[in-house]
Amino acid sequence: MTFEDFRRSMGHSSRPVRNEIEKGAIRRFAAAIGDFNPRYHDDSRRSDGRLLAPPTFSRTFEYGSIEGLTFAREGLIHGEQSFTYYEPLYSGMTVFCSTTLRDVYERVGSLGAMIFLVYGQEVRNADGDLLEESTSVIIFRDKEVAL
Amino acid sequence: MAFSFALHEELPTLTKPPVSRIQLVQYAGASGDFNPIHTVDEEAIASGLPGVIAHGMLTMAFVGQLLTDLLGEQGTLRHWQVRFRGMVFPGDEITCGGRVKERAEEGAVTRVVCDVFARTRDERVVIAGEATLMVATQDVS
Repeated sequence: MTFEDFRRSMGHSSRPVRNEIEKGAIRRFAAAIGDFNPRYHDDSRRSDGRLLAPPTFSRTFEYGSIEGLTFAREGLIHGEQSFTYYEPLYSGMTVFCSTTLRDVYERVGSLGAMIFLVYGQEVRNADGDLLEESTSVIIFRDKEVAL
Repeated sequence: MAFSFALHEELPTLTKPPVSRIQLVQYAGASGDFNPIHTVDEEAIASGLPGVIAHGMLTMAFVGQLLTDLLGEQGTLRHWQVRFRGMVFPGDEITCGGRVKERAEEGAVTRVVCDVFARTRDERVVIAGEATLMVATQDVS
């Protein structure tokens, strides 16, 4: 995809995707990051038996794809990431997740031209309340560009 | 003693066990990020890397643990943002830390802004960022 192709998708969003937060998924994710805080593992800690999700757990959700925006993942660099939390995420919750291509810009550096893609992700509940927002800056360098 | 969140106070550091190849496979599976540059050397080399590199989000999760360990039940993480500044390779031992740089009392809750970082043992900064924590005012000094 060229810079112009990316620009055409700017402002476009995916359709929200339903995700169910499972205890096993929280435990596996927490184990993978080496965080053995009992709040992510021990479901006898809370009277409702729920497990809290770690701060970056929302990365595991499906966010859907933006129409017309398909490209190989090879060569992508994750430049920046942010999270803003409004409500904690627990096992047993069903959430609806979408992604928007918020901005696209180009910069020429020592590695040649690089395209910066700024994505915004939203996690909402069934009532549409915003629970969590995140942004990702992805740097796309053309495969033709020599390292 | 609980952390007091005093202005300019350094956060207690968190040093994680060295990142292993098994951990990268485990993180790929748990996160759903199967980009092969994190798990298959041939693919990483074909992308111009010396070998597999850790997922940036894995290192960010280490910084997340620093913050949630620090907060315990005293408060919550409201917002954080990081820049990925360097690559992490299998065998790298990551230390996370930071420093309180702003504090604003908002009644029963105090907003605490910290600089945060993750670095390797040889002092390469791989993540630099900022986190906003909401802490019970009675727990800050």
